[in-house]
Amino acid sequence: MCGIAGIIYRENGAEHDVGLDMTRMLQSMKHRGPDSTGYALYGEPRDLVLMRFKLADANTPRDFDFHDRLRRHRALVEQRLSRLGAQVEEIKEETDYAFRVALRYDGELKELADLVEDVPDCEVLSLGHSLEIVKDLGDAETVASQYGLAKIRGTHAIGHVRMATESDVDISGAHPYWAYPFPDVAVVHNGQLTNYFHWKRRLERSGHRFQSECDSEIIAVYIAEKLAGGSTLEEAMNESLDDLDGVFTYICVTEDALGVAKDEMAAKPLVLYESDGLVALASEEIAIRALIDHEIETYDPYEREVLVWGR
Amino acid sequence: MGALAGERRITYDARGLAEPTADVPKISEIDGTGARFDAKDLSTRQINLELRWLLYEQGITDVTVLNPGAKHSLGVGILTRCRITFDGSLGYFGCGLIDGPEIRINGRVGWSACENMMSGVVVIHSNAGSLTAAAIRGGDVIVKGRVGARTGIDQKGGTVIVLGDAGSMTGFMMQRGRQILCGNVGPGLGDSMYDGTIYVAGKVKSLGIDCVPGEWNESDTELIERKFSVYELGTPPEFQKFVCGKKLYNYDNLEPSERKLVL
Repeated sequence: MCGIAGIIYRENGAEHDVGLDMTRMLQSMKHRGPDSTGYALYGEPRDLVLMRFKLADANTPRDFDFHDRLRRHRALVEQRLSRLGAQVEEIKEETDYAFRVALRYDGELKELADLVEDVPDCEVLSLGHSLEIVKDLGDAETVASQYGLAKIRGTHAIGHVRMATESDVDISGAHPYWAYPFPDVAVVHNGQLTNYFHWKRRLERSGHRFQSECDSEIIAVYIAEKLAGGSTLEEAMNESLDDLDGVFTYICVTEDALGVAKDEMAAKPLVLYESDGLVALASEEIAIRALIDHEIETYDPYEREVLVWGR
Repeated sequence: MGALAGERRITYDARGLAEPTADVPKISEIDGTGARFDAKDLSTRQINLELRWLLYEQGITDVTVLNPGAKHSLGVGILTRCRITFDGSLGYFGCGLIDGPEIRINGRVGWSACENMMSGVVVIHSNAGSLTAAAIRGGDVIVKGRVGARTGIDQKGGTVIVLGDAGSMTGFMMQRGRQILCGNVGPGLGDSMYDGTIYVAGKVKSLGIDCVPGEWNESDTELIERKFSVYELGTPPEFQKFVCGKKLYNYDNLEPSERKLVL
């Protein structure tokens, strides 16, 4: 089933409690998917490069060598960062296996991601100047307290609660997906894609990497490919309506825009609320009402609609 | 207390999503045969238990529910004649499986409102999600805003009136009943319908398989005028009529191989 949510504030810069707001929205949709919860949170863009990566999965067996291995691999990541000339300002251990790094780095981000991901079991969850992707097993409150999301402030965010249907229950299969290798682009998806292998083979041939077996990852990489070809976000999303087969409602975000697309059968839900101060969208109105405690006017977009909001 | 009509005891919940135990809150202000209560701090089950307690055990016939807060599955399975007002929006599956009540919703509804309704009236003052009035067998559903996709899917009777636009595949596999759509309609109108009538006042993006324009007659005018006056919807606009072409399905005893030839 899965539930998706997005929120973009139109006023007051990055002074909003995006972590807290998204947690409220996702927790109220827990019944749509209690397997895992994920966030893509956008703060004020800065000079530093923010990278979130993990060195193991939440349910990787804790064998006797587990912690030693994590230590070795972490050292390897740091070694590779310094080899590329990236200066680590801060590295924070969020859990045993998930890390947040702030870097001073001017080079090519794809090269950085590739070199870091070459470390065994390492996956770069997000990379950019304002995007941070946090995902783990459990409901929204569990993940938010584990990663201290209540204190994160920013401009916009998307989130996802997952009921796994197409791949395993693990962090790699959890949304949002970062649109490797594009900084600050992320996607959440509700639905199933039926031409997954067709697009996976095609995109792999043009040099993209896939970290999971999850069909939704295709959307992130597909959008990345289109953006690389010079398309705008809106153009890329419009083309996806014909190129992707299956049922979907997905939200794609960049540093300064948030877009949503629905398939031609309008098979997956989305409720939309727009006011002067914010745009909120979610699979269910109850998630929007978790933020707004009075009656509001909302509607469902129709089939083949692509809507994009700027900040 | 014992289970109320239609209530079954749930005894466990492994994933922490349901409410295994809930008691009737009994917080309503009762005034003769009328009652009202605030649902703001109540859970879905508590709201439904309170409704049932009022309607089935207290002899109340007019209930107002304040602050429903877009919660799912409110007002379901009410099988008695009564009047219910929801002063706000409902979530998914609102007012499903009802037989008899007259319900007014001063807000929006999510997906699958009034599903499997047998009789009664539901008036929704704002927009409705997809699958509104799915598989209804009787009664009237009036949506004053717009509706999502597949309105009246598998409809087996009753009337659906929509004042705004309707999405794709409206009237999909409809089997009987009427739809009066005052706005524009998305692609695939009346796709694979077996029977029934769809009236459209706006533009139709495309007709579905085996949905064809129908011939207008006196009873169509009478029906539309009567429904518009009963629900005080003003002067009806001009409608086009669509019905089933009866080419897609065959109601005889052909073998599957023979059926292929016919199609």
